[in-house]
Amino acid sequence: MTVIPQQERPAGATRAKAWTWPRVLLAVGVTLVAVAALRAVTDAEQIFTSGTLRTAVAAAVPIGLAGLGGLWSERAGVINIGLEGMMILGTWGAGYGGYVWGPWGAVVLGMVCGALGGLLHAMATVSFGVDHIVSGVAINIIALGAAQYLAALAFTGLPQGGPTQSPPIPSLPNVTVPGISEAALWLEDRGWFALSELGALLAAVTTSVSALTVVALALFAATAYLLWHTAFGLRLRSCGENPVAAESLGVSVYLYKYVAITVSGAMAGLGGAFLAIVAAGIYRDGQTGGRGYIGLASMIFGNWRPSGVLTGAGLFGYTETLGLRSGPASVHALLLLLGLGLVVIALWQLARRRPAVSGIAMALGLLVVWIYLVTDVVPAEFTSLTPYITTLLVLSLAAQRLRPPAGIGGRYRRGEVM
Amino acid sequence: MTARLRSLLPVLAAPVLALVMAVAVTTLVLLIAGDPVLLVWQTILSRPDPRNIVNIINAGAVLYLSGIAAAIGFRMKLFNIGVDGQYRIAAFVAAWVAGQAWLPGVLNTVLALLAAVLVGALWAGIAGVLRVTRGVHEVISTIMLNFTATFLVAYLLRKVAVTRGNLISTEPVPTGGRVPGVALIPGTPEEVYGLVVLSVVVGVAYGVMLSRTRFGFELRATGQSPTAAMASGISVKRMTVVAMLLSGAVAGLIGMPLLFGEYYSYGVTFQPGLGFAGIAVALLGRNHPVGVAFGAVLFAYLDEQGNKLQIFADVSPELVLIVQGVIVMSVVIAYESVQRYVLHREEKLVGAALGTDEGVRP
Repeated sequence: MTVIPQQERPAGATRAKAWTWPRVLLAVGVTLVAVAALRAVTDAEQIFTSGTLRTAVAAAVPIGLAGLGGLWSERAGVINIGLEGMMILGTWGAGYGGYVWGPWGAVVLGMVCGALGGLLHAMATVSFGVDHIVSGVAINIIALGAAQYLAALAFTGLPQGGPTQSPPIPSLPNVTVPGISEAALWLEDRGWFALSELGALLAAVTTSVSALTVVALALFAATAYLLWHTAFGLRLRSCGENPVAAESLGVSVYLYKYVAITVSGAMAGLGGAFLAIVAAGIYRDGQTGGRGYIGLASMIFGNWRPSGVLTGAGLFGYTETLGLRSGPASVHALLLLLGLGLVVIALWQLARRRPAVSGIAMALGLLVVWIYLVTDVVPAEFTSLTPYITTLLVLSLAAQRLRPPAGIGGRYRRGEVM
Repeated sequence: MTARLRSLLPVLAAPVLALVMAVAVTTLVLLIAGDPVLLVWQTILSRPDPRNIVNIINAGAVLYLSGIAAAIGFRMKLFNIGVDGQYRIAAFVAAWVAGQAWLPGVLNTVLALLAAVLVGALWAGIAGVLRVTRGVHEVISTIMLNFTATFLVAYLLRKVAVTRGNLISTEPVPTGGRVPGVALIPGTPEEVYGLVVLSVVVGVAYGVMLSRTRFGFELRATGQSPTAAMASGISVKRMTVVAMLLSGAVAGLIGMPLLFGEYYSYGVTFQPGLGFAGIAVALLGRNHPVGVAFGAVLFAYLDEQGNKLQIFADVSPELVLIVQGVIVMSVVIAYESVQRYVLHREEKLVGAALGTDEGVRP
């Protein structure tokens, strides 16, 4: 059994504060001003253009969907390391479905394949009581083999297909919001402090966005509604907090866990399908590149909440894009922002009388600023490192403030006390 | 049936059950896919040539190290998913150290081995320290450290690399520092890695540590019940860090037979994925020194025989991954089921002895 240790929470650090609209707007506003200031003092123009942001959104969606999948499973109390495997199944499903039935067929089959992976995880962990992490590891092995085996079987000899890749998948329609898109692009071109950055952000989410991105965002909203505003969601989450109590109230814990994990697999599968359909237009072996794990990280980063997962995925997608698209200079500029941000965190923690955290953050912040001052570019490998280091930092600075479901990782048997 | 045999039976029943399940599931997959079922099994179960046997021993020995690395953590319910990153970063550093040839001959090799152990332990230690000081779950931190190792090694390799052909790698190990192979199997010029001896040493040490030392007892006690361990005066935090360090130290050795017996340098072609296979092997062998050896040989055997699938049966060798994954899944499922059956039977026995029909919960 792997129970994430619950350390004593320091006074004042209770549950994360609710994401109210004023708070969200404030956060967006601060970010825009910070980025605008950064663009003003450095020459890294590329860090916040609508083009960069559009790519970032495309990079964030598969991570976010995997994270959302993790959320469904873990809210029902089952750790899901198998997200990566379910994503891999999704990429194959999309490749095959796209060849046979077209783009929406690709979406559906990708989800179905991921859901099958989820079902296997549910069977092992819920019905047979296998350790969640063990089952997840096994699923990752099986899925990798299954996808490559099936790809060789299904795609060899097809036009433009081969043993390791599918024929091209027909693309999905793109969505542009008329009016807003043009206005935002116009605003971006003006070069006004902070306002142009707002324009870039708006343009990125309103100009030729893949229909699947819209679907993904809708799934986030639907998840938030279903899990936190319906009786179904309350019961599902109660299975993750205290299954014995849920059982005593008449909830069919097994059924809810099965549903949650299967949905989890479908979401991860959709994330994989997005990679195949939208990002690449083709199934390829090894396409996921560990994004399932990053999705898991974004879920933890997001404190097991949809809004948090979305933020985490956005951040990871953005850093992933930055390295690829706008080169080492942009990331170098971002170092300054990161360093100063850490210093601000350090001061804030100091004011809250937490000298240890403050000291670590201050040291790291000054280190980053120093690196910024003595270097000119950041090597590409370090850019790719960003999401992982960020996750480690966030976890080590804020693990005590995270609040995983209480019953996570536990083995529940009907009629037994845990 | 003696009591000892009766207690051993479930332990043996689970792997057999698992193998049967794995064969059944794979056969089903083959039937659905329309591949030649009989031919596939004939190929996989065909007698390996002497050359294949050497490959199986070599691959098995490497997998065994990886399995033991994972098993040390698993024994105390510490999921070191980061074996992969630990062995890669350790292999890189060891290859670089060996390539620099600071010391003559064998001493150079010993130095490189020490470097590998140290780097592996330190890399895993990060996760251990984060776990006990900051409460970061080791599964997440080791996964992140795996990715970090990948990019860090790529960066460092680019910094120190020499070009060989059109590939880059570290400076090759000088001839005097290489470990000669042993012609163990007659009928083939292929040789078994000299450093296979590492696997034997590590395996014996692990077995002795587990069953004959106080540390081994504390490790197992902490794994079975952290609260009971703490109550009896074991420092769980210290155990966590030490277990992580040991696990990483063994992980550091994984690449050594390959480095000094086959590749002689660390480049982009250095065998990937050994860490994850090790996790599977450890699960398969239930973290027991002998069990893990069986698991490692089985996986190596399947890998080697799987290479023939494409030629003889026109089936993609990735089928073997499915077989391996299903075996792991079936083993854990079978073990859980057998354990539950045993528990159920004991409850019945106790119930009968006490004169209550329904039995009691332990």
